[in-house]
Amino acid sequence: MGVEELPVQRFSFLSLLRNALRYRKGWQRMWRNPEPKRRYDVVIIGGGGHGLGAAYYLAKEHGVRNVAVLERGWLGGGNTARNTMTIRSNYVRPPSVPFHEGSMALYRELSRELNYNLMVGRRGMIAFLQGTAAARTAARMANTMHVYGANYELIDVEEIARRVPAFRPPARPRLPLLGGVCQPDAMMARHDAMAWGFARMADSMGVDIIQNCEVTGIRRDGNRVTGVETGRGRIDAGKVGMAVAGHGSVVAEMAGIRLPIEVQPLQAWVSEPVKPFLDQILVFSGYGCYMMQSDKGELVIGGPTDPYPSYAQRGTFPIVEQVTAAVLEMFPALARMKLLRHWAGVLDIVYDGSPIISRTPLDGFSVDVAGAGGFKTTPMAARMHAWLIANDEPHELIRDFGLDRFERGRLVFEGGVSFNR
Amino acid sequence: MMLIPCPFCGPRNEDEFSCWSEAIPRPADPSSLSDAQWVDFVYNHRNPKGPVREQWWHARGCRRWILVERDTRTHDVLSASAAAP
Repeated sequence: MGVEELPVQRFSFLSLLRNALRYRKGWQRMWRNPEPKRRYDVVIIGGGGHGLGAAYYLAKEHGVRNVAVLERGWLGGGNTARNTMTIRSNYVRPPSVPFHEGSMALYRELSRELNYNLMVGRRGMIAFLQGTAAARTAARMANTMHVYGANYELIDVEEIARRVPAFRPPARPRLPLLGGVCQPDAMMARHDAMAWGFARMADSMGVDIIQNCEVTGIRRDGNRVTGVETGRGRIDAGKVGMAVAGHGSVVAEMAGIRLPIEVQPLQAWVSEPVKPFLDQILVFSGYGCYMMQSDKGELVIGGPTDPYPSYAQRGTFPIVEQVTAAVLEMFPALARMKLLRHWAGVLDIVYDGSPIISRTPLDGFSVDVAGAGGFKTTPMAARMHAWLIANDEPHELIRDFGLDRFERGRLVFEGGVSFNR
Repeated sequence: MMLIPCPFCGPRNEDEFSCWSEAIPRPADPSSLSDAQWVDFVYNHRNPKGPVREQWWHARGCRRWILVERDTRTHDVLSASAAAP
């Protein structure tokens, strides 16, 4: 093929200056818009962060460049754009902590690596401990995380008030506030930029990114995957990787596979922008909700997943009511804030709340399912998925995240998953 | 919001109910299943995009179990009936 290696236009202060002086007419498109070829070595289904990242790491670390990323809509238009951009690693099981810590380490270097500003900012996250059970869990989690070198510190209520000047402990809280637990290294990043940054670099290494191309079937020959059927025709492939968030069951069904997941909506909403008053990410663990202030000044507020499965990408009102009441109990001064936007993403929740990055019973078909929210794990999950596709066996870091763990009874239970309420 | 027609109480707000899993019949003889079949029954569910039949519990109402047929794309409630006759 002729245009395999496009020189990527580097972004720097000088290139910005040069293009500003030329009336910004020198910028090129960040990625091509190619017609799908008849055959690829690897086809990735899903053009969000996980899928584009997998293609990027395949090209960069494994030299597999005859790769296509098929996206039903537009790049990063699914759950990549619907999460609330928090990157943290407060998990409690031994396989989880190094995986999430590794993802945070990748995020810290990703802007430089991709030559694209992901606006990664170290914010710090404080979870309010409302009740003794929460305090005990947090203490245990802190110990586990210290074993893996992650920082997670228990603080008292006075310390919360010192770090968050806008917070005044409520006089009569509905749940007793015993203190907090802080992950100072928690970050926020711009989620769209991550998809675009991965796409730009993957494209420059020859990966075909094909938008408006919905996969409608998965082709097989006996027990071996041979390609996909799409809205734009048949595409043959040596291997197929699935990285769709919120539609894992639908795509896996095409391959004749059922996955241990349930789809649940997760809502978030955003206030009018105000001056900066909150630099930390606050989690009200007893009420299952969180709040932070975005770089634009909006308050971003989110709650627990909705209480029943749904693909509708919209939420149910009782959650909004419950979360708003909780936020106002902690910050009564916000009662007159106006809300601007509200949305929901759909999550593929795995029954133990941990990722599945795994081979499947269909040879050559692999899956990357986030397990709960998937933004924080994107670079690491994508990198591990690429490793799995290239080497046909899981990297040591994800050995416990295989599909076989359900049959072997080795589930990796993580909190924040509330099945069977 | 969904209005769920409880066969015992009439149409009620979804907030009164809790949704349990897809209504999957329990295997007649669990001890004869292989590990893989048991995992399919416990974890590997259809999770369909479209109509699904689920077990709901009218927890803050009559506290009876009902079967609700619902569309996961639109939140349309198609039917509701008593779980046990």
